[in-house]
Amino acid sequence: MEILVCVKRVPDTAENEIIVNRDGTDIEREDLVFSVNEWDNYAVEEAIQIKDKVGGNVTVITVGNDDAEEVVRREMAMGADRGILLCDEAFEGSDGKGIASILKAEIVKGKYDLVLTGAQADDGAGQVGGMLAAMLDWPFASLVNKIEVIDDKKILVGREIAGGNQEINEIDLPCVLSIQTGINEPRYVGIRGIRKVASADIPVHGANDLELSPELVGPAGSLVKRLDFFVPEPGEGAKMLEGNTQEILDKLVEILKSKGGIK
Amino acid sequence: MPGKIFVYVIHREGTADDTALELLAAAKKIDPEASVTALVAGSDKELENVVKQIAPSFNEVWKIDHESLSYIIAETLRPMLARIIPKGSILLIPHEHFSMDLSPGLSIKLEAAFIPDVVAFEDIKENKLTAIREEFSGQVSTHVMCDISQGVVISVRSGAFKPEATAAGKGQIVDKTSEALSGGIPNGKRRYLEVIEAETGEVDITKSDILVSVGRGIEDQDNMDIIYELAETMGGDISCSRPIVDARWLDKSRQVGTSGKTVKPKVYLALGISGSFQHLGGIKGSPFIIAINKNPKAPIFQIADVGIIADILEFVPELTGKIEEIKG
Ligand SMILES: Cc1cc2nc3c(=O)[nH]c(=O)nc-3n(C[C@@H](O)[C@@H](O)[C@@H](O)COP(=O)(O)OP(=O)(O)OC[C@H]3O[C@@H](n4cnc5c(N)ncnc54)[C@H](O)[C@@H]3O)c2cc1C
Ligand SMILES: Cc1cc2nc3c(=O)[nH]c(=O)nc-3n(C[C@H](O)[C@H](O)[C@H](O)COP(=O)(O)OP(=O)(O)OC[C@H]3O[C@@H](n4cnc5c(N)ncnc54)[C@H](O)[C@@H]3O)c2cc1C
Repeated sequence: MEILVCVKRVPDTAENEIIVNRDGTDIEREDLVFSVNEWDNYAVEEAIQIKDKVGGNVTVITVGNDDAEEVVRREMAMGADRGILLCDEAFEGSDGKGIASILKAEIVKGKYDLVLTGAQADDGAGQVGGMLAAMLDWPFASLVNKIEVIDDKKILVGREIAGGNQEINEIDLPCVLSIQTGINEPRYVGIRGIRKVASADIPVHGANDLELSPELVGPAGSLVKRLDFFVPEPGEGAKMLEGNTQEILDKLVEILKSKGGIK
Repeated sequence: MPGKIFVYVIHREGTADDTALELLAAAKKIDPEASVTALVAGSDKELENVVKQIAPSFNEVWKIDHESLSYIIAETLRPMLARIIPKGSILLIPHEHFSMDLSPGLSIKLEAAFIPDVVAFEDIKENKLTAIREEFSGQVSTHVMCDISQGVVISVRSGAFKPEATAAGKGQIVDKTSEALSGGIPNGKRRYLEVIEAETGEVDITKSDILVSVGRGIEDQDNMDIIYELAETMGGDISCSRPIVDARWLDKSRQVGTSGKTVKPKVYLALGISGSFQHLGGIKGSPFIIAINKNPKAPIFQIADVGIIADILEFVPELTGKIEEIKG
């Protein structure tokens, strides 16, 4: 099975506090630690597990600048066979549809049976996978938490719905699936793994290679424009307990007692 | 002025979801004068019940009634909606699992724009709609301006708009089934088989009065002991956010949230939980919420009753000790 996994380089929100810059045009990106979107690690792991069962190749792809190469390499260290970087000044400032158009242009040049994306990335959008499927006219399922290969024409897919229930579908290949966290336990990537792929060749494709017309991507192709970043006015919020630890503990225990929080 | 405004109505077992009226309120934020049309798909008696419930609130109800929609798969419904929704329309849909399946692709098929997970609308000028979204797990917000001249699909966060007592609509029911099916039943490249219900674990957290809930802030499986000890001392049950289940440190039946359990305790202690809307969506019945988090800007402090800025790895054992002390 030929599997393509789309990955995005994002600021690691567990590691960083996100700060809006002075004029509100962007967040402070200088000191941020970047990593692979959490969801995408699960997608790459799933692809590798499928390949280990039925054979084939796993290719990892990202749309981004030069820095994005490092996330492709990291996912290759997990066990992906190939990496592709889609990079061009013309791609900057694309909206979700722009990113999907760029990915589509690369996908139609290859021969993939299965394309995986993360269910969502740092913007909480969850848009690229579904758009890509519609552009390719391939079937799609979101929030996938189980994949079983039936044969080379179809797969069994579980997806997460409300309340933790699981909806089971059969889907014809080729298809696009967006992967939900928890589907597997992504393997750990050590320094040695990274070193092994340090010199692996990662081809870079731009707008010309993809025969992409400029009006589809970048600011020109974006119907949705991000105007600014801001921190909303905090509401009244919680009553914060202050003082030294002993004082806080005393207050907290009193509150717990009065609210029935201690049995 | 914008095109027709539609609200997609989610329903379960013949009952319309609360989001129907929330999205109606959202539509009125875009255009207070708008005549809003509810869009509802399904089959037979269940659909009929839903249509009856919502008709009084909307000017119009468009229904698609077909047996292939008795359990709705986005892949089946999407081509039908693409056939009946007029060019240039605004479609609002609740941002949850079904929308994630349906909406991004629908926007492509309608050649319309897509704005995901909107929490507020700012204004509309000519064909430019400005909306507010959150990014980076709610740490910052953004204004996005969308060109809606070709129409737009907008997924709206549930709970973001309060249903308003609006003047009753005309409730005119329009059957769109034959138009939706013109060109045939969409081909079944994705076939629904069954729904596997989530299991109830050894402890049913939906029945607990006191929940000690742990999130990614616990950092390591080895640290989970301090949570067990606190819960035992308080006489509460342990619940958690999703990353703890994804890491296999607790059973899925302990997860609170939209894709986990809906809990209604008296006291909810959130330890190292940031307060994502998916997590908060599983907390009902207005419990007394106490949040302990080392980041003063964590969104959980916006909704908690009481907050403490502390490292849970240090604070939790001290709290356990204190409670043991007073219990004697
Ligand atoms: C400087 C800057 C300016 C921007 N300006 C705008 C703007 O004006 N308007 C606007 O709408 N958006 C803008 N964006 C955001 C826009 O680039 C994203 O919406 C787009 O990258 C898709 O990401 P997402 O988080 O929405 O993806 P989601 O749909 O949430 O991600 C789901 C999955 O799609 C795949 N995916 C997402 N992005 C990529 C990628 N780059 N490469 C490969 N796979 C990917 C991954 O598998 C991911 O898990 C801007 C971003 C930056 C950095
Ligand atoms: C379709 C979908 C459904 C989802 N359903 C659910 C759901 O049902 N339930 C759910 O919970 N999530 C759900 N999620 C995930 C959700 O979006 C968040 O990713 C998740 O809730 C975050 O969990 P968290 O707060 O534990 O982790 P994080 O957001 O990573 O927050 C960790 C917090 O711990 C704090 N912290 C770190 N270290 C310490 C320390 N030592 N002491 C004190 N504080 C510390 C940090 O400041 C941070 O605020 C869903 C996501 C999707 C896409």
